[in-house]
Amino acid sequence: MTASAHPTIQSVIARYAGDATRLMDILIDIQEALGCLTHETTAAIAKELKVPQVTVEQTVSFYHFFAREPRGAFVVYLNNSVVAQFHGGEEVATAFEAAAGCRFGEVSADGVVGLFHTACIGMSDQEPAALINGQVFPSLTPDKARALVAGMRAGRTLEDLKGRDYGDGQNAHPLVRALVHNHIRRRGLTVFADYHPGEALAKVTGLSSGEVIAEIKLASVRGRGGAGFPTGMKWEFARRAAGETKYIFCNADEGEPGTFKDRVILTERPQMVFEGMAMAAYAVGAQQGILYVRNEYHYLRDYLEDVLAEMRAQHLLGEAICGVAGFTFDISIQYGAGAYVCGEESALIESAEGKRGEPRDRPPFPVEKGYLQKPTVVNNVETLCSAVQVMLKGPHWYNRLGTEQSKGTKVLCVSGDCERPGIYEVEWGFSVNDILALAGATAVQAVQVGGPSGACIGPEEFERVLAYEDLATGGSFIVIGPQRDLLKDVVLNFTRFFRAESCGSCVPCRALTGMAQVVLERIIDGKGTAEDVERLPSWQAIMRYNRCGLGQTALNPITSTINNFRSLYDGRLARGNPRFVPSFDLAAAVQDYEAAVGAGKD
Amino acid sequence: MASFVRITLDDRVYLAEEGAQLVAAAKECGVYIPTLCNYPGIPPKGACRICTVLVNGIPHTACTTKVVEDMNVVTTTPELEAFRTSIVEILLAEGNHFCPICERSGNCELQALAYRYRVPVSSFPYLFPTRDVEAWHPKLIKDHNRCIQCKRCIRGIHNAKGQAIFAFGKRGDKVVINIDRETSRDISDELAQQAMDICPVGAILRKGKGFDTPIGRRTYDHAPIGSEVAP
Repeated sequence: MTASAHPTIQSVIARYAGDATRLMDILIDIQEALGCLTHETTAAIAKELKVPQVTVEQTVSFYHFFAREPRGAFVVYLNNSVVAQFHGGEEVATAFEAAAGCRFGEVSADGVVGLFHTACIGMSDQEPAALINGQVFPSLTPDKARALVAGMRAGRTLEDLKGRDYGDGQNAHPLVRALVHNHIRRRGLTVFADYHPGEALAKVTGLSSGEVIAEIKLASVRGRGGAGFPTGMKWEFARRAAGETKYIFCNADEGEPGTFKDRVILTERPQMVFEGMAMAAYAVGAQQGILYVRNEYHYLRDYLEDVLAEMRAQHLLGEAICGVAGFTFDISIQYGAGAYVCGEESALIESAEGKRGEPRDRPPFPVEKGYLQKPTVVNNVETLCSAVQVMLKGPHWYNRLGTEQSKGTKVLCVSGDCERPGIYEVEWGFSVNDILALAGATAVQAVQVGGPSGACIGPEEFERVLAYEDLATGGSFIVIGPQRDLLKDVVLNFTRFFRAESCGSCVPCRALTGMAQVVLERIIDGKGTAEDVERLPSWQAIMRYNRCGLGQTALNPITSTINNFRSLYDGRLARGNPRFVPSFDLAAAVQDYEAAVGAGKD
Repeated sequence: MASFVRITLDDRVYLAEEGAQLVAAAKECGVYIPTLCNYPGIPPKGACRICTVLVNGIPHTACTTKVVEDMNVVTTTPELEAFRTSIVEILLAEGNHFCPICERSGNCELQALAYRYRVPVSSFPYLFPTRDVEAWHPKLIKDHNRCIQCKRCIRGIHNAKGQAIFAFGKRGDKVVINIDRETSRDISDELAQQAMDICPVGAILRKGKGFDTPIGRRTYDHAPIGSEVAP
C-alpha cells in the first residue's frame, strides 16, 4: 500500500462515520479507489474502525469480488456457469487467455488484463458474458474477446471498449448505458403490466396498516424468491413485533444460476419495487428501507439512485409521503460483493451489517430480530411488485390468476437451448411444455426448473405445472438440449458452484459438497462404482439438517438427476474395465495375515 | 428468579428452567445430547449440527434452542443417531486427523465421539486436504489439519481488552481460523491455555509444553464421553 492510500481510506471511512456495520460499503468504495484490498489496507481499515484486523479480514475474504492483490487495469470476470458453457464460454475463455498471455486466475505480465472466472452473473439470456471493471459485456465470441484485449492494450477506455450499441429500454438510459438486453418476450399482468408510479401508494395511504395487510393476505401473495412464504403474514409479524425502529429490505441478490428477472425488473420497473417497499413500510411501520443488490448489477447504481431522488421529489419517498403526516420512509442501496448465500434473508442481513454472509439460526426470525436486531421484513423484488398490483387492482382480481395454491403471476427466466431466451411473465399453472413452446425449444433432453437448488426433469414430466404445489421456482428455467452431457456439463458445474458458495458454517454443507464432487468426478471419469451411485442420494438425509436452504438443497443437482436420469450414471460405471477394482476388499487383503496370526479363532 | 416449566424429553416429563439452553437443561435432567461446537458460557453457533434433536417433531440444534413451556423434545431416534455418526465420520474424513501423534488424543471430543459412535474409520471419502501448521505466534501453534471449524475459539477467547483474537477467513471448505497479530500479541499463559482448552480437538496447542497428562489419566481414558451426564 502506498502512502497516498491512507487519505483515501480515512476519507471513505469518514463518509460512513466510522461505522463498522457499514463495512461492506467501506470495502467496496476503498477497492474501487485502490484496486484491491491488501493485507496492509485491511490493517489500516481495522485501525481506523478500531476493530481487530482479523475482523475486517473475515469479511473481506468471504466475498468473491474483493481482491487481495492487484487484479489488473482491466479485470475480466468471465461467467463460467452452465448456460455460458452451452454457448461457447470455453472458446471465449481460451481466446481471452491466448490474447492476454495469462491463464484464468492470473494477471498479464504487463498488468493490463486480469482474467477471473465467476459464477452466473444474471445474463443467462445473453451468454457468454463477462463483467469488465463492473460493466457487462454480453454475447461474447472469441473474436470479441481478442478485440477487447487488443483494445485494452492499445490504451482504450472502458467506455470506448464498450461502444454505443446499448440494449433496449432503460438499458440505453444515460445513467445506465449498458450493452445488456431485456429480452422481455411476454409481458404479463403484474410486473410488466401498465404502471404509473404513486397510484398504489395513494390508495394505500387511504387505508389503515391493518387493512393493507388484510388485502395482501386476501390475495394470498407468496414470496417469489422460491420459498413461497405468505407475504401478508410476514408483514403482520413485523408489524406486531415490539420496537419503534423497523426495516424493509428488498432482496435483489438473485444468484441462483439461470435467474435474471431482478436485473430486468430493476431496469424497467424500479419505481414499482420502491413503491412496494414504501407500501410495506406503511403496513409494518418502518422508517428505513434497504435495497440489497448483487454486485453484478453495480452498473445500475447511478440510475437507481436517480430514480430514488426522483421519487423523493414526487413525495413518494422521504417525509410526509403522499402528504400523510408521519409517513416517513426512505431507501438506501446496499451492494453485495459476490456471495450466492447472501440471497438467504438472514445471510443478507448479516452482510448488510458488514459481516460474513452466514445465515443465522432461527428463531428469532428477521421479522422479530433482523437488521441491527430490529424487526425486519425481507421481500423479493418480484414479491413487492405483486403487492403493488394487488393494491391497485384488488385481491379478487389477483385471486383469479394462477392455480389453487399459487395466485398471481411469475416472471420466468428462460435460458439454455432454445430459440427465444428471455423473460416470460405468465400466470402460475403453465406447464413446462407450454414454456418450451413459447421459448421455441424443440429438442429437449431435460429442463432445470428453479436453478441448481430446484429439480432437473426429463420429457416424461414436462406436463407438470409451474406452481408452489408442483414445480416451485424462483424464476430460473434452463433448457438442456440432447447434445449436452448432462452429468459433466450441468451436474458437475452446479456441484462445483455449491461447493464454492457454501459459507462453510454447517459441517454437512461444507464437507459433503466437496466430497460429492469427488465422487461425481470419479463417476464421470468412468471410475465410479454402483456403490458410489447408491450412496450419493443417501447423503441427502444428512444435508437436510443444514441450517439454510443452500445447504439443504446443495446436493439436489445430483440427487435429482440420479432419480430422473439414472441410466446416465449407470452407463458410466467402471464395471466393463477389467483393470478396475470396484472397491477394496479388506477381508481378502488381510486373509494371509489373519491365517498367520490366527485371528478370529479365539 | 427463574421460572420452571414442564418439558418432555424422550417421553419423560421434566421441570426445566425457562429460557435455558436445551443442551444444558437436558444435562440437568440427566439426558445427554452430544455436542461439538457448543461450549458452556459462550454464545452457541449451531455449526456442527451434531446436537440436532426433534423439537415438536421439527429438527433443531439443541445448542441454539431455548427451553419453552410444554416443548416436546426427542433427543434420540435411529435417524438422529445415524446422522450424528455421519457428522463424526465426515469430520474425520474432511481434515487430517491422526490420533496416535496428536497431543489431544484421549482429551479430544471428536475422538471421544468417534469411540461413542463406534467409528473406527470413516465411510466418507477422505479428502486429505493440504493445510498449514502455523507456528509464528510466541505462545500458540495453530494446526489447521485438525481444525473442525467449530468457532469455539472465535466465540470464547478475547484478550484483556475484550477484543477478538481469532476469526474466520475465507469460506466454504476453504474456511480457516486466523489469529490476529495485534490483539494476540501480549496474551497471558493462562489465556493461551484457555485457547487450547476451548478447542475440542488438537488444532490449538500451547508452545513449550505438551503431553503432560499421562495415558490413563486423560479425560476419556476410562469412561466414554457423555457418561458424566448419563452413565
